[in-house]
Amino acid sequence: MIRVAGEHGLLVETGSLAVSHRLDAVLRATRPAGVVEVVPGPETVLVVAPGADQGRLRSRLDELLGEALDPGEPGKVLESRKPGDALDSRRPAEPVEPRKPAGSVEYWKPGEVSSGGGPEVVVIPVVYDGEDLDSVAELAGMSVDDVIARHTGRELVVGWLGFAPGFAYLTGLDPALHLPRLATPRTSVPAGSVAIAGPYSAIYPTASPGGWRLLGRTATRIWDVDADPPSLFRPGTRVRFEPA
Amino acid sequence: MIEVLAPGPYATVQDLGRHGYAHLGVPRSGAADEASLRLGNRLVGNPETAAGIELTYGGARLKFHSGAWVAVTGAPCPLTGPSPTTGGSGPSPEAGPSPTTVGPEPSTDAEAAGPSPVPVETGRRTVPVETGRSPVTVEAGRSSGPVGARRPPTLGAGMNVPFWVPAGSELRFGAPIWGLRTYLAVRGGIAVEPVLGSRSTDSLSGLGPAPLRQGTVLPVGGSGGLVEISVDLAPAGEPPPAVLRIVPGPRDDWFAPDALAELCAEPYEVSQDSNRVGVRLRGRELTRAREGELPSEGMVTGAVQVPPSGQPIVFLADHPPTGGYPVIGVVREADLPIAAQLRPGDSVRFTLRPGRPRT
Repeated sequence: MIRVAGEHGLLVETGSLAVSHRLDAVLRATRPAGVVEVVPGPETVLVVAPGADQGRLRSRLDELLGEALDPGEPGKVLESRKPGDALDSRRPAEPVEPRKPAGSVEYWKPGEVSSGGGPEVVVIPVVYDGEDLDSVAELAGMSVDDVIARHTGRELVVGWLGFAPGFAYLTGLDPALHLPRLATPRTSVPAGSVAIAGPYSAIYPTASPGGWRLLGRTATRIWDVDADPPSLFRPGTRVRFEPA
Repeated sequence: MIEVLAPGPYATVQDLGRHGYAHLGVPRSGAADEASLRLGNRLVGNPETAAGIELTYGGARLKFHSGAWVAVTGAPCPLTGPSPTTGGSGPSPEAGPSPTTVGPEPSTDAEAAGPSPVPVETGRRTVPVETGRSPVTVEAGRSSGPVGARRPPTLGAGMNVPFWVPAGSELRFGAPIWGLRTYLAVRGGIAVEPVLGSRSTDSLSGLGPAPLRQGTVLPVGGSGGLVEISVDLAPAGEPPPAVLRIVPGPRDDWFAPDALAELCAEPYEVSQDSNRVGVRLRGRELTRAREGELPSEGMVTGAVQVPPSGQPIVFLADHPPTGGYPVIGVVREADLPIAAQLRPGDSVRFTLRPGRPRT
């Protein structure tokens, strides 16, 4: 189902993170004309396209959603572009000229393609000395070494980013480590802190207040406004922690 | 170069924001009342994307160490400063004021104006305009124009009109007559270092330059390649009716069937804790039809999000790119400037009618 989110937004209900990632990947690869933001969520993808023909965009999204729901053979979605496809960015002539985006920002960075499902895994070395490590072990009913083993033992996938720039919700955390957030959030958590809350793990990209349980810290810089892209993670990135 | 002598209650540098990074958790930010910043930039010959200063409830004092063409738009403020001149072939924007266009001595004038800003004419009613191509001559605060000659010698800058601020002048902003956010556009733009393609201060994430403080010095960009200043003034209308037109959804089905009607039935009051993230409202509680949590999803500017309290929040420029409370409707883009100009205590109404309401 595709829902209307204001005059310029369409909220595509994907029902699952995997479908969100597939739709996100194909939207980034095909760069539909007029689209300025594609924001995947656990069960949705928000597409913001000021000035685009909403009817055409909606029917194209319907089509892409169908393919993302039933991916079939890999690459099918990309190959389904036809000459004359209204949303193929290689065709400059759109019946409705997309409104010039604000700023001279390039919305789509060259080479920016979702790594969702890609082969590369980002390995994050962690010094496991977090303030909450002992209490996590206690609450989870295991030793500190077990906590570390379970945190490093699985490959996680960036579900989506939110809360703060570069703050990635890493999905796939070992269920034995699913614990509620702290009752009282800390007023400041240092950048690089590796933490867990609920079914997610995360790395604080910058110092900020936070209520997640701190397991350790990493020296890997996951957020750098001078880098392009500024975030090491994007929806779909695969991540593995390892003891530093 | 512009030195901030006083920022007023809250002032930031804003352009049109950071686009294309929402999927990395970066708010769009940018001017809350985008239309006013765009207008100011056009008046001084800038591209609409140039950065200006967004004042909240006026109150700022700015010292211009170099002369600059400026325009003030948005919430109309009493201004004290140099006399107005207009574009055309007035002081060359590139070369600064010519010898025949000497502005008033700003330091003494500013002092003479006294500590409290003296209101001057704003809007289309009384702003003197020199038309034609002849240079505007301003001497010791007296304009050669018939209207300008009747003006108080120390004052002159109005809303929505490009005017020259001579080097060394101080420009003072009083409290707005209506509205909340006033914009200062400077020919050449505020040239602070961009972050992720934008010079905007993002109050939510902290990206961009820090909010203005006393002593902040703001560089102004060069005017090479800019179009000539050709507009005398843009008429300032009456305050628009505080009515926000909304498009239902995307989660109106999470609410009781009559919730949209409830939302539009009576005015809401703007709460004190409103800011650049959102306008928080107090009024009729909107009842949910579905319990449980909505998985986090992308949010658009203008979204009317309803937290468990049932009291709606209208998202402005610094809203988080994702959120977990259902959105009952989205304010139409043309009405976002109205939302951005609401003050705490103001009444505001929602409507589902697409036509623009009349006063």
